[in-house]
Amino acid sequence: MRPTRYGVDDTPVFVIDQSRCIGCEACVSACMECGTHRGQSLIHLERIDRAASTQTAPMVCMHCEDPTCAQVCPADAIKQTEGGVVQSALKPRCIGCSNCVLACPFGVPKYVAEVDQMMKCDMCTDRTSEGYAPMCASVCPSEALWYGTVEEFHATRPGALVDNWLFGRQSVHTKVHAVVDDVGGGPIDVLGGAATGTWLDDPFGLDEGMHDRSGGVVR
Amino acid sequence: MARPPLSDDELIARFGPHLNEAPPGGWDAGLEIDRVVETHCCFCGQQCGIKLKVHDNEVVGFEPWYDFPFNEGKLCPKGVKRYLQGSHPDRLLHPMERDPSAPGGFREISWDQALGRVVSEIQRIQEEYGDDAFAMLSGVSLTNEKSYLIGKFARLALHTANLDYNGRFCMVSAGVGNKLALGIDRAPNPWSDIPLADVVWVAGSNIAETFPITTSYIWRARDRGAKLIVQDPRVVPLARTADLFLPVRPGSDSALFGAVLHTLIRNDWLDHDFIDAHTVDFDEAAAAAADMTPAWAAEITGVPAARIEEAAELWGTSATGMMLHARGIEQQSKGVDNVLAAINLGLATGKFGKPGCGVSTITGQGNGQGGREHGHKCDQLPGNRDISNPDHRAAVAKVWECDESEIPGKGLPAEAIIEAIHEGSIKGLLSICFNPLVSAPDSNFTAEALDKLEFYAVIDFFLSESGQHADVVLPGSLHEEDEGTSTSGEGRIIKINAAVEPPGEARLDWQILLEIAERLGRGEHFQYDDTHQIFEELCRASSGGTADYTGATWERIEAEKGLFWPVPEVGHPGTPRLHEGGRFSHPDGKARFHAVPFRESAEVVDDDYPVWLTTGRVVSQYLSGTQTRRIAGLVAQYPEPLCEMHPRLAERLGIGDGDQVTVTSRRGTITLPAHVVTTIRPDTVFIPYHWPGAKAANQLTIRAVDPRSKMPEFKVAAVRIERAGEGAPTTDQRDFDLHEGSA
Ligand code: SF4
Ligand code: SF4
Ligand code: SF4
Repeated sequence: MRPTRYGVDDTPVFVIDQSRCIGCEACVSACMECGTHRGQSLIHLERIDRAASTQTAPMVCMHCEDPTCAQVCPADAIKQTEGGVVQSALKPRCIGCSNCVLACPFGVPKYVAEVDQMMKCDMCTDRTSEGYAPMCASVCPSEALWYGTVEEFHATRPGALVDNWLFGRQSVHTKVHAVVDDVGGGPIDVLGGAATGTWLDDPFGLDEGMHDRSGGVVR
Repeated sequence: MARPPLSDDELIARFGPHLNEAPPGGWDAGLEIDRVVETHCCFCGQQCGIKLKVHDNEVVGFEPWYDFPFNEGKLCPKGVKRYLQGSHPDRLLHPMERDPSAPGGFREISWDQALGRVVSEIQRIQEEYGDDAFAMLSGVSLTNEKSYLIGKFARLALHTANLDYNGRFCMVSAGVGNKLALGIDRAPNPWSDIPLADVVWVAGSNIAETFPITTSYIWRARDRGAKLIVQDPRVVPLARTADLFLPVRPGSDSALFGAVLHTLIRNDWLDHDFIDAHTVDFDEAAAAAADMTPAWAAEITGVPAARIEEAAELWGTSATGMMLHARGIEQQSKGVDNVLAAINLGLATGKFGKPGCGVSTITGQGNGQGGREHGHKCDQLPGNRDISNPDHRAAVAKVWECDESEIPGKGLPAEAIIEAIHEGSIKGLLSICFNPLVSAPDSNFTAEALDKLEFYAVIDFFLSESGQHADVVLPGSLHEEDEGTSTSGEGRIIKINAAVEPPGEARLDWQILLEIAERLGRGEHFQYDDTHQIFEELCRASSGGTADYTGATWERIEAEKGLFWPVPEVGHPGTPRLHEGGRFSHPDGKARFHAVPFRESAEVVDDDYPVWLTTGRVVSQYLSGTQTRRIAGLVAQYPEPLCEMHPRLAERLGIGDGDQVTVTSRRGTITLPAHVVTTIRPDTVFIPYHWPGAKAANQLTIRAVDPRSKMPEFKVAAVRIERAGEGAPTTDQRDFDLHEGSA
């Protein structure tokens, strides 16, 4: 069993493995239960293309080392903690311009009209500062969201941890790690990448012809 | 006459479902936490450990229970939101009696009046029509203690044979199949075996949505390089990552399993030593599969023959393998056949009684496993004993301190009870946490049946759709209000702890039953001060039975974070894995193969009803939705049923995504939005069943039952689909506005 709580020297990391996500939205529900923003969920679950697939993708703030959101903020409202966690816009400073919303390469921050402020995932500062996993990673039934040390990760799961991203010419380094099969340590070229063929292209064997009965009477 | 006293709208206005959106005091209440109670989620058979935070007799939040070994803090959205069912505005707080002139159609009465009326009606009906004319139906989300008590209550206090449980609609085919083949009705493996398997075969189970924590066990197997086979008419979320997908047509699973057995035999991918030493009747099973070639099965199942061969090779040549099956293959009029055919594959390849090996059912309901062990099935006594067996009866009579002749014989199963009510031989009904109007097949027929009751009493915590037909409503208790045990899908007995006391005049369920027994003059059999005493008696009554709890104590269960039955004596370590070393639970220690010839479902598609209908769950709802349709976040996640269909079918019928469609079977018609997705077979539609009335998928399903398990055929029906009007597209990516979650 993994430790319940991590000490200061354990340096746990937050890990996302989209391929494991089952779209259950436990993360979205649980995020609402976090002490600092109770009632409001700061994680997004994206349905990639429900017409074609059940693939979903949880999206938390990646906590960039040099955050674009903060760079573009004219009010200097977005601060980083010493541990590198990028915070929601400071309430008294945020002018609601939404520059951060437009600039974030991961599409993370949201402008919340009711409070006239940008809010986003703060990696459950209240929990992580005490050594506990963030709420979403605590509950995630499939460990698509995961929190623990890099050593634990490699001892229990395959895949490479990547924290380098290439968006065209912008290179981004993040505190949150993504899991990929293997790209030799990254970076992940978000705009590139090749498609591969699998049974998913024809799940019902329609091209094999023998059991497509929907053309006439469906039997 | 048990008719709802008012219109649906008026009843909903008074009794809900209303949405509970936030914990007591609102999200920002910042309440001091008085205590944190370690207990379990109530919304599926995994029974995840969870800590409930309590303030002033109200559950106000939760904390992950990281140390509970099954789920290590993980929860699905139902578990995250389960605390919101407490302090709910719809909670029944007072006993009520039907009174059409009262607001809401029911008037509050005292407990004394309510219990007096229930008892006098039981006595009147039994005097007039005989003891068995009064029936009882019970839910299987109740604790083991309550299940046991209900079994004893129905037999000794009500004197009726006609008691059954709603596991009849859920996992009874697996129970019958397991008993026939393996001699015991329990998933043979702890879930810790899943990550040890080289091949994991998921048959008819949408694990991601119905048993979500199990995905992490499967991913752990995948991390070790295990192959994943998924058999389903839909590309369910787990299937996305499968190595092999078997897109089986609803109702054809046994043909697929037969062809796999055929292929295993043809290629000699068999464990002959295991078959010879630990099983009987292999030749019969082999003979039945002799003509079941993959090409033959491909025609019936719609699964390309090459994929069937591949499945056989993966299963037959892997050293270890686990098959997990659920309602997809079980809720059929040949559910038992399907289970037996699945077990044949495990026996033929020696995949039992070893780490990482087994053919396991997944029990869906909260206490689906424990609920079927303690004698509230029509044919069973505690310890999974057979009510028709004189020795078993005598053993239980001794514990109950009654004469064996006082225990009635085998009664009618749930669906037959509803039919007997409809045809008039059963006149009175007491139900507890059971909502057949939503959960039974052919809902229009069920509604007619409830209308015919002379007297209907309901014990529940919310007024369910069925409860609206009641003459007397007795407000019972929620999961978090009582103490006891429950047994999870993997066979682990766990401890449920009370977090709060029932509000208003609501009472603990078991105390209500004790009071009725007392008033019926049978109180001497029901002298318990608390549920611990019921548990101790349950353990004694189970002693020597197959589901043997003798050595289990509440203290041990808590200290060891669960205990796997059988625990036949004090100090016994429990039995996580059954059949170690190939010892099965039949008297001769051997498992039975079964010949499983293919037969069609009760209803097949034709020119009038050309599309297969299959039904199931979504991740944010639980069973008939009595609880989950009252929790705002869960409702927002999937607000109403959708009819999933393939673009080819939609195009042929001129239907666009989100259009309203009318789905008609020989039993009923419902109209709902189309959800056009390529993740379902083109000849099949899927509709989730959690909703009542005009949206009830069970208006369409058929009352045909499996001949041995009496399980209705929820998974197969023939329907016709027509476009009924325009609607908004359903498959657009959701707008994840930050405020959506708090709506
Ligand atoms: S992911 Fe977006 S919001 Fe988060 S730190 Fe990076 S730029 Fe800012
Ligand atoms: S809780 Fe995990 S599996 Fe569920 S939607 Fe969120 S990331 Fe995906
Ligand atoms: S519904 Fe099942 S999976 Fe979800 S939290 Fe409850 S027990 Fe766990």
